[in-house]
Amino acid sequence: MPTAVRPVRIVVAKVGLDGHDRGVKVVARALRDAGYEVIYTGLRQTPEMVVDAALQEDAQVIGLSIHSGAHMTLFPAVVEELKRRKATDIIVFGGGIIPDDDITALKKRGVEEIFTPGTPLQEIVDWLRKRFPESATK
Amino acid sequence: MRALARAITLVERRDPSVRNLEDAIRNDARVPGVTGFTGAPGTGKSTLVDSVVTLLRGQEQSVAVLATDPNSPFTGGAILGDRIRMQRHALDPKVFIRSMGARGHLGGLSLASREAIRLLGAFGFDQVILETVGVGQSELEVAAVADTTVVVLTPNLGDSVQMIKAGILEIADIFVVNKADLDGHGRAVAELRTMLNMAPKAVWKPPIIPTVATRQEGVEQLWEAILAHRRHLEKSGRAKELSERRLRDETAEVAAELARDRTRRALQEDPTLTERLLKDGTPYRTAEEILRTRTDN
Amino acid sequence: MKVRARDAKEAWREEFESSPARDDGIETSTISGIPLEPLYTSADLPRRAEEYPGQFPYTRGIHPSGYRGRLWTMRQFSGFATAEETNRRYKYLLANGQTGLSVAFDMPTLMGQDSDAPTSRGEVGHCGVAIDSLADMETLFEGIPLADITTSMTINSPAAILLCMYIAVAEEQGVPASKLGGTLQNDILKEFIAQKEFIFPPAPSMRLVVDSIEYCAKEVPKWNTISISGYHIREAGSTAAQELAFTLADGMAYVDACLERGMHIDDFASRLSFFFDAHIDFFEEIAKFRAARRIWARWMRERYGAQQERSWKLRFHTQTAGVSLTAQQPELNIARTAVEALAAVLGGTQSLHTNAMDEVLALPTDKAARLALRTQQLLAYETGVASTIDPLGGSYFVEALTDEMERQAEAYFKRIEEIGGVIPAIEVGFFQKEIADAAFRYQQELEQKRRIVVGVNEFTNADEESIEILRIDPRLESEQAERISEVRRKRDQAKCSNALDRLRRAAAGTDNLMPYILDAVRAYATEGEIMHTMVEVFGTYTETAVV
Repeated sequence: MPTAVRPVRIVVAKVGLDGHDRGVKVVARALRDAGYEVIYTGLRQTPEMVVDAALQEDAQVIGLSIHSGAHMTLFPAVVEELKRRKATDIIVFGGGIIPDDDITALKKRGVEEIFTPGTPLQEIVDWLRKRFPESATK
Repeated sequence: MRALARAITLVERRDPSVRNLEDAIRNDARVPGVTGFTGAPGTGKSTLVDSVVTLLRGQEQSVAVLATDPNSPFTGGAILGDRIRMQRHALDPKVFIRSMGARGHLGGLSLASREAIRLLGAFGFDQVILETVGVGQSELEVAAVADTTVVVLTPNLGDSVQMIKAGILEIADIFVVNKADLDGHGRAVAELRTMLNMAPKAVWKPPIIPTVATRQEGVEQLWEAILAHRRHLEKSGRAKELSERRLRDETAEVAAELARDRTRRALQEDPTLTERLLKDGTPYRTAEEILRTRTDN
Repeated sequence: MKVRARDAKEAWREEFESSPARDDGIETSTISGIPLEPLYTSADLPRRAEEYPGQFPYTRGIHPSGYRGRLWTMRQFSGFATAEETNRRYKYLLANGQTGLSVAFDMPTLMGQDSDAPTSRGEVGHCGVAIDSLADMETLFEGIPLADITTSMTINSPAAILLCMYIAVAEEQGVPASKLGGTLQNDILKEFIAQKEFIFPPAPSMRLVVDSIEYCAKEVPKWNTISISGYHIREAGSTAAQELAFTLADGMAYVDACLERGMHIDDFASRLSFFFDAHIDFFEEIAKFRAARRIWARWMRERYGAQQERSWKLRFHTQTAGVSLTAQQPELNIARTAVEALAAVLGGTQSLHTNAMDEVLALPTDKAARLALRTQQLLAYETGVASTIDPLGGSYFVEALTDEMERQAEAYFKRIEEIGGVIPAIEVGFFQKEIADAAFRYQQELEQKRRIVVGVNEFTNADEESIEILRIDPRLESEQAERISEVRRKRDQAKCSNALDRLRRAAAGTDNLMPYILDAVRAYATEGEIMHTMVEVFGTYTETAVV
């Protein structure tokens, strides 16, 4: 039996308390249109909930969005939770209003990539394609 | 939990190791109860499933939910959003939620869900709920797998009539009219009852259960109806009949899948065969020849 | 004469069509996608009687004297960190000529939870000021006489609680509620539609809104009980017409709910106020503001039968579009904000917030906040735009666009009615889908460079200089948690839990909840405790996912 190529699965979540979901929805649509399976878990997810969803869904990627300014607390908390659940193979990227200094710090703490407002959607897709070259997404 | 999640992925991908899984869990006697939920978008189906999960958790039963959403026919991508409705069960280790794209399963959704259900049984889940949006084909595939299929309608969407036109009547074991607190609820139930009365007489007459899923109302009655339907299946011998038929159907599906793969591979590996096929234009003869002469290694 | 005019138009048309057009591929429609003619003429003017400001249907403004009578209120939204620090910022802004306060709360406060709740971690004091109990509110307005200023509070699900805290602080200052002026955002419908800061399901949420409107009509008569907001709908990615239509539809839903409660239209209509976005598409925005007044006046008079003129007048606050600001070359945001603010003024706004250039990066620094306020002062005092009422009235283009806005809004009202009203439309995700579609369409236009954002997809700088931004001290979280436990320690425990018990019982019944909430606030129950008490009765809401 041959193996069907399954689309890369991405859990997309809004962590923190803010409800600004325009960006996260636009990104979710763009990822769908690029052939990914996006599991949208909605608003106000705690790091524990995000990681739990990623494990149940057997996702390879977690995409986080935040606009409330709590990224320095919550993004690393997701990475820590992945370590605790021994699932560090799942990679984390994030988006939102995040100053440059914080981006450097977040990458040091295990967040693979940060996309700020104004990033072309194609840039996010290209990054994923580079990160998962083995998965054809068509 | 990760092992289970990984195993379901293998099932979805039809990975060769699935056969080994089958051997490993074949003799496991645990068979979870399987209930399908289908309904148009906006009927509150996910909320209803969520409230059924709440009820079952109150009875100390463990529950797995397999939620299916359509994939884009163009890119294969999908946005799967059913988890949002089940947040109150997040972090409950006895609740497992898995979103599935309707595509991306060789052999179709029903094949993948049957295997997944077996896995979930082996992992100790008491109940499995299949949830799918009632557009397209996926609700038929769900009905083919579930013991009991619940069709969810609402009074306000004018969907009851349309759903019945779409042939939902045949797959429904139970009707739920959700959002029973809305105006027009009584009329929707009455219309539905008239239509059911016009349908050909059957041994099982689908009950109509009003619910307000957002307030957990009517959920116990719904679960009672699901159990009554299961008892009916057992008592009438229909349960045995169904499970035998499903095994036969599933075997036929797997056989078709194997044959398809074998044929594709043969055509790929054997240029002269392909050349002859293209020249003569004889798919039947070529297929028969391949199946007769070739074996899997 | 007439024949010659037509000849001239045709001659222009011929020449226009034979001249080469720009081939940069950039859209000529409005940012919302309304197709535009290259030229508007008297033929595009609607045939209607001459309109005047201060007269029905108020297209040209609600005041007969425009800004000659009174300038708009310059109301800068601000708040950050602790009540103490925000109090200092307020005194600074008032000393610099600001004429009203506008409180920004932090996310835990907006979501009705205390600073020491586990899900508040990392959020305390970031997007606004942290208010947990009456004690914080006392600090926030310390030394600011509430009888002399008006205060706007951007708060929704827990709006009733914060209003009660304000009333309680005023009591302590010796100011009776009847003297208080200000605005409560209190618009829960747009939360379900766009900003998503909902807690209770729609029905109890609406009950709380109507409770506060009913209470204020009697006890706090100068208070604007609700600010029906299009701002967040627009910021979530809607078009201008969607912002206009959904906001006014929300307004009518509140009117319906109040009428259902048994209130009389003229007893509350004049205290309803609106809040719009001023986006970057200059003329479209002006048309939107003008259309809003006209539509509202007509619906209030004709559909709801309001008798008093003040019930027909749509008053609104405007904020320049946060979503139009860019992190790239942030100084450009000053120019964007100035253009947007000008549109708000030409559209006849009653009050205005201009965004600071660094708001896309973080909360504004003192300097950025001052520049934003100065931009308004520049418009008011240097440019002369405040001298003439509705200066664009009669413009072929603006009048035609105003009519188009009105037409599109009416078409949306029809669709919403077909679904069964605003709340059913929320439940099936109608608004959310329309907005998500519009946002996605715009994003694609940007990617294809059919729309240009300077510094983002064109005219970019290779290396961006970073600007100074305001940082919130992470220690603040534990300090604020300490303040709460002090409040909990010092208060009269029995009095507090009795007040909460009474509130719980009242919530299960049909009484107006405002007096019960006020009692709980006075007993120093925290915001989180009061919300939790109501959640026990009302439950919480999860939205239909519309992506």
